[in-house]
Amino acid sequence: MTYEVLGITVLWLFLYGYLIVASVDFGAGFFSYYSKRTNKNHVIHSIIQRYLSPVWEVTNVFLVFFFIGIVGFFPDTAYYYGTALLVPGSVAIILLAIRGSYYAFATYGAKESRFYDFLYGATGLLIPASLTTVLTISEGGYIRVENGNVEMLYGELFTSLYSWGVVGLAIVSVLFISAAFLTYYAARAKDEEALSLLRKYALSWAFPSIIMGIVVFLLLGRRNPVHFNSMLDLWWMFVISFIAFAAATWLIWKKRNYGIAFILVMVQYFAAFFAYGASHLPYLLYPYLTIYDGFTNETMAIALITAFIGGLLLLVPSLYLLMRLFLFDAEYVEGRR
Amino acid sequence: MFFDNDPVLLSRILTYLTLGFHAIFATIGVGIPMMIAIAEWMGIKRKDPHYTLLARRWARGFVITVAIGVVTGTAIGLQLSLLWPNFMQTAGHTIGLPMFMEVFAFFFEAIFLGIYLYTWDRFKTKMRHFLLVIPVVIGATASAFFITTVNAFMNMPQGFEIVDGVVTSANPLEAMFNPATPTKISHVIITCYLTAAFVLGAIAAVKILRGNKSVYHKKALHLTMLTGAVFAISTAIIGDFSGKYLHEYQPEKLAAAEWHFETETEAPLILGGILTEDNEVQYALEIPYALSILAGFAPDTEVIGLNEFPEDELPPLFIHYFFDLMVFIGMYLAAVSTLFVVMNWKKNWNPFNKPLMMMIAAGAPLSILAIEAGWIFTEVGRQPWILNGIMRTSEAATSSEQVGLMLILFAGLYLVLGVTCAGVLRKMFKQNPVEREMHKRKIDNYEV
Ligand code: HDD
Ligand code: HEM
Ligand code: HEM
Repeated sequence: MTYEVLGITVLWLFLYGYLIVASVDFGAGFFSYYSKRTNKNHVIHSIIQRYLSPVWEVTNVFLVFFFIGIVGFFPDTAYYYGTALLVPGSVAIILLAIRGSYYAFATYGAKESRFYDFLYGATGLLIPASLTTVLTISEGGYIRVENGNVEMLYGELFTSLYSWGVVGLAIVSVLFISAAFLTYYAARAKDEEALSLLRKYALSWAFPSIIMGIVVFLLLGRRNPVHFNSMLDLWWMFVISFIAFAAATWLIWKKRNYGIAFILVMVQYFAAFFAYGASHLPYLLYPYLTIYDGFTNETMAIALITAFIGGLLLLVPSLYLLMRLFLFDAEYVEGRR
Repeated sequence: MFFDNDPVLLSRILTYLTLGFHAIFATIGVGIPMMIAIAEWMGIKRKDPHYTLLARRWARGFVITVAIGVVTGTAIGLQLSLLWPNFMQTAGHTIGLPMFMEVFAFFFEAIFLGIYLYTWDRFKTKMRHFLLVIPVVIGATASAFFITTVNAFMNMPQGFEIVDGVVTSANPLEAMFNPATPTKISHVIITCYLTAAFVLGAIAAVKILRGNKSVYHKKALHLTMLTGAVFAISTAIIGDFSGKYLHEYQPEKLAAAEWHFETETEAPLILGGILTEDNEVQYALEIPYALSILAGFAPDTEVIGLNEFPEDELPPLFIHYFFDLMVFIGMYLAAVSTLFVVMNWKKNWNPFNKPLMMMIAAGAPLSILAIEAGWIFTEVGRQPWILNGIMRTSEAATSSEQVGLMLILFAGLYLVLGVTCAGVLRKMFKQNPVEREMHKRKIDNYEV
């Protein structure tokens, strides 16, 4: 494996980590708001609070990790994406800022407020929508580079079917991943009422998520045939993804093994996400930037990878401790602590 | 338009705004875990529940400020790429490493902060819960360490070569540990602790000024001022070394800070004053030999003057005031905290007298002002360079037309965040005053 591939794999892993933990968080915000509006709040509110309170900051770091890491490994991305993404990037930051801080305010600080809840719920869907712009423009055709100036073609972005397809996929995926996790968590908490509601959410978002996946897959064929064809070469990964999806949905439907069901959902997204990423290579930004021309020097790559391994040795045990205390500690989960 | 839409200027203003806002919460975020750890430790060692309660209540407020630290930090992290793409493209080759490690440090801190906050009563021994704050302190301080090496690198870039505009033979460790690193890091970290001590001390001072006689606030004041005195004196000593660093490596910054035009020995230090059209200093207080001593220990040190540098490489001269402000506040904080410690130590003196309480209360906004002044001094003092001697700020900025709009959006965001943060903190402690909490936890609340 070359340093370039190793680097992008590490980053992609973190992005995948963010995809999962952030989806759980974003979706939870939406469900919390939605269930409040439909007066079912008492049922799931405390589940959501108990899981999310200790971990929201950790979620954010996954994202920071990705965008700091990509500039470290591939400094040229700063030039292309940095210039093009000023507006969508800033909008995403502002939404994240509102969400993160208001989350802390509402949870630790003030009394209940409808407005906070609305912000919390709405940003949960808007952030994934704005963040996916990055993946969309990486397919090419949304950016113009003219004598050294990078320019984003907003008209193209907002009128393209593909870009809206990706937004739709992001939103339904967030809701599905989140509901699948919260179902599992409610089951562990032995909270029957919450379980039955969340299970219903999980089942109702399952099919939209797989259908949007297929739609986006087909739309990509028109958008970027090169990428599409190399995706077809990795067809078996999509088959794995689909089998994992079917098995997960079946388990939830049958009301059993919610933990395994959630792991299968993670497998579903892992396979699809890595197949998408691997077939995108070598391009970071089609057709301008590949992992080979933007790469940092070799000393730096070795240093970054060393730092990464050292960091993992530190983080994995700490994350394990966090999960043991809050996720796998039956008394905490059941609300007796 | 007012600024005729110059992306460079607008990017600078937006960077300034974000960093200036982030710096407040970042500084508090680095400093407060240290104070929490000290208070919890005292609580265990002295078996004194008041100190434990201090740690507990400080931690609760800390959650709110850290949330803003995190979101503004996320903003600046992304803005560095969005607003300064050319800078990041060049500098990423060498300073990607400390930035990457900074995120690890945050990660580490965030995990343990989550655990720390929710496990106050979950362990059998208090010591075990105390151990959880150690990684938070280490993570916070390490993140300040790593990000400040990035800033040190901008002041003293080294560890790479530029051949035809492309960075080659990069050595990230050499870039991290450049000559600016030792003084910069120690000064930044110690001032974070100092500011936290004064911010927390001021809360107690205000309570006492309002007539509250609870022993809780007196212990808080005692703890914060004793540590504050140590930090303030260390700050002044390290600040002195920072001056020596500047003399050695960035003489133009020191000369601009001191309006020092002619190269000479036995140079005086200039305080305040104004500069006339033909660079005459007027109405200033001059301390003979002091600049030479600041630069190199002895009065016969030769201090290089501004006239030695090309006109277009000089920083703006108004940084003089920011330097003076920082140094003045440093002296003030050292004096106030030392005075309190001495009065507390003498048996018959009353350290809780009104004037002293007012001076301590003023220390909180002043220390934050000093942080801002210090950063403005060092960052503006590096102009026109973004990478000292290598890349000009004007070459580094984005060419996007929309920076102005983003500036307005972010200004609005910071305004809302700042106002809500203050409101939430107030409400949080008003709804749960310390007296009630002591009662609830069956802690003695006697007056002294
Ligand atoms: C509470 C805050 C505070 C206080 C009381 C002081 N400083 Fe400071 N100073 C900072 C907060 C700060 C800072 C914000 O941390 C800076 C900005 C960038 C940096 O490296 O540290 C800084 C920078 C800074 C620099 C520039 C370093 C550089 O550009 O590389 C010098 C020479 C000093 N300081 C010197 C002093 C002296 C002689 C002080 C006398 C007591 C002093 N500072 C008090
Ligand atoms: C947190 C405290 C900091 C504050 C308050 C601060 C303040 C400033 C100010 C006032 C400027 C504008 C100077 C000018 O345009 O005249 C500036 C520029 C800049 N600083 Fe800092 N700075 C801080 C720390 C840092 C650190 C740690 C870094 C490195 C990662 C950094 C990176 C930059 C960059 C990239 C610019 C843009 C170039 C420029 O306009 O000079 N700053 N900062
Ligand atoms: C000397 C000035 C600075 C200090 C002392 C400082 C320190 C801090 C602290 C304490 C936090 C809160 C993080 C937490 O508690 O988890 C934070 C957040 C953050 N800072 Fe700064 N910072 C400084 C300047 C900068 C600059 C210039 C950057 C840009 C590269 C930056 C990037 C970040 C990021 C990305 C976060 C959010 C991390 C997260 O999401 O957890 N900081 N910083």
